[in-house]
Amino acid sequence: MSDTSKPMDPTRRQFITKAGGAAGAAAIAPGVFLTTPAQAKPADQPVSNDKRWGILVDANKCGNGCNACVTACEEENGWGSANPSEDHSSPEQKAHWIRKVTIKDKATQHVTTLPMMCQHCENPPCVDVCPTGASFKREDGIVLVDKHICIGCRYCMMACPYKARSFIHEDLKDQKPWAPRGKGTVESCTMCVHRVDEDGTPACVEACNAETHKAMVFGDLYDENSEISRELKQYGGKEIRADLNLNTGVRYRGI
Amino acid sequence: MKQVLKYREIEGKSTGFWILLGGLGALIALALGAVLYMEHEGHYVTGMTNQIVWGMPHVFAIFLIVTASGILNPASIGTVFGKTLYKPLGRLSALLAISMLVGGLMILVLDLGHPDRLIIAMTYYNFKSIFAWNIILYNGFLAVVAIYIWLMMERKMNKYYPAAGFIAFIWRLILTTGTGSIFGFLVARQAYDAALLAPMFVIMSFAYGLAVFILVLMAAYAWTKRPLGDAVLFRLKNLLGVFIASVLYFVAVYHLTNLYAAENNGVEHFILMDGGIYTKLFWIVQILIGSLLPLAMVYHPTIGKSRPAIATAAALVIIGGFAQLYVLLIGGQAYPLEMFPGYEVTSSFFDGQVSSYSPSIWEITLGVGGIATALLMVTIAVRVLKFLPVTLEDAVVDPHAAKTD
Repeated sequence: MSDTSKPMDPTRRQFITKAGGAAGAAAIAPGVFLTTPAQAKPADQPVSNDKRWGILVDANKCGNGCNACVTACEEENGWGSANPSEDHSSPEQKAHWIRKVTIKDKATQHVTTLPMMCQHCENPPCVDVCPTGASFKREDGIVLVDKHICIGCRYCMMACPYKARSFIHEDLKDQKPWAPRGKGTVESCTMCVHRVDEDGTPACVEACNAETHKAMVFGDLYDENSEISRELKQYGGKEIRADLNLNTGVRYRGI
Repeated sequence: MKQVLKYREIEGKSTGFWILLGGLGALIALALGAVLYMEHEGHYVTGMTNQIVWGMPHVFAIFLIVTASGILNPASIGTVFGKTLYKPLGRLSALLAISMLVGGLMILVLDLGHPDRLIIAMTYYNFKSIFAWNIILYNGFLAVVAIYIWLMMERKMNKYYPAAGFIAFIWRLILTTGTGSIFGFLVARQAYDAALLAPMFVIMSFAYGLAVFILVLMAAYAWTKRPLGDAVLFRLKNLLGVFIASVLYFVAVYHLTNLYAAENNGVEHFILMDGGIYTKLFWIVQILIGSLLPLAMVYHPTIGKSRPAIATAAALVIIGGFAQLYVLLIGGQAYPLEMFPGYEVTSSFFDGQVSSYSPSIWEITLGVGGIATALLMVTIAVRVLKFLPVTLEDAVVDPHAAKTD
């Protein structure tokens, strides 16, 4: 077996992706890297449950009318306005990985907006109901769909309390290598797992911070020194549909 | 007059027989064409969306799967409960159970996003999923009932058929519990997530199954000009009345318990009061035309003895059953997910809005194709094997005369 004490060589795919990215960055803006050089987790090392990734959304800071997180996700993962090939599907049929939801308190008329996406539950109903195990949760809490064994039954979509999942209604082109999207399968927010595995931050969180709203914090819920844990400890956070006891990885404040 | 119970293949030489075969074959061909189109283009050509993810094919499929379980009742009553009058009906009852299930599963599988991955569904199991359990329950049911039929037909093995009948009886109760639990286990949606759905589906299966059985029996005997006595038919229609009333009871309990819980008031108000098409389907088709009217017809002292009326009542139960499943399945999805109680919700993904659904011709064609498949299987089976008694006149089926069985 290989010696795990020293860092492994990146896989070929990672090499190509990085090389391509570096070449692109060099061509567009010499000297500027779009992502910081990462202490990437070697691809042959399993994900462990030492970490649990989460996102904290502060709805009080979330800009009414701001759509930066959604646009960033579209561009990062190649859906919505970033993928014009999904043109046969009606608006009700098009995929949504993340969306801005506006809620108005019926009693006080107070209006709040917040981003809504896969809540990366600890006990995800979508994983429970999936007949083939295509819906799965990684050890670090990220809930994903294995497109190779998804049969397209949509039972996970019936089971999700957040309407976080979408079924692909037609053939798609121009996909991102890290976000394959196949007709007849189900998909949802991956918490930008391809970035997270390289010590990066999900695109939505990055975009929100770039907008200076700073309404979203990403981090390890198990690490008590992480920003997300400190914020949650100090100010608390709520789960949407907490009554279901799903222990979501995405928490909200200000709702 | 005491007569011996004899089974015989139908002759199957008449023009009517070939028209029936051809018609059913054509419907299946159309359904396969619709499937090819839907799978090639993708589901955007259907009425289904990311809001209403299960549509018309599921209404048809679940109707057939539920019916498959309940249609085994005549066989079970004869075999498990030892009622002699029902024994001649056992073979047809079991045959229909297999055929209906195959028709239903065909629809379900062909509506998948990836029907080509059926082998994955058969080899990758997540045992926490009721769907995965159902795959095993459905396949097992087909095997158990096939053995049951063989033991009933093979004279040398005849003594073993009660055991097989008993296993089939238990198996299908579990099977329909599983089908009801597909919805009972959905915690996310207000219309589902009720333990009551499992027994309710069992009792729905009794009503739908018997209604289909009565129609098939009447058609088979009328078209082959074999005698069908009042004794058996009246017994069946009286039992149908009991089942219709039982379904009504479960529907009432389901809605009353939901109404008592404040969290479900929204969805109940939607289905019962202002849900548009769903409210109309519920009150007019499911309750009035599909339950109360046939209930009155089968128990009416004179109408209840008319054969056209019995056939009509059975057909109304089937129509009511479709309406019931449509309201439950589509209506349950049309009502928005309640993520923020006490808030008005809006978004670019239709949060907080009642979703609309209009089934496409492709979905309906697929559903009809599933029914045609079930009926074609029955038609061919009764042509090549001895499923139907030569006569079901009173002298043969009367318990005192039928001891020769």
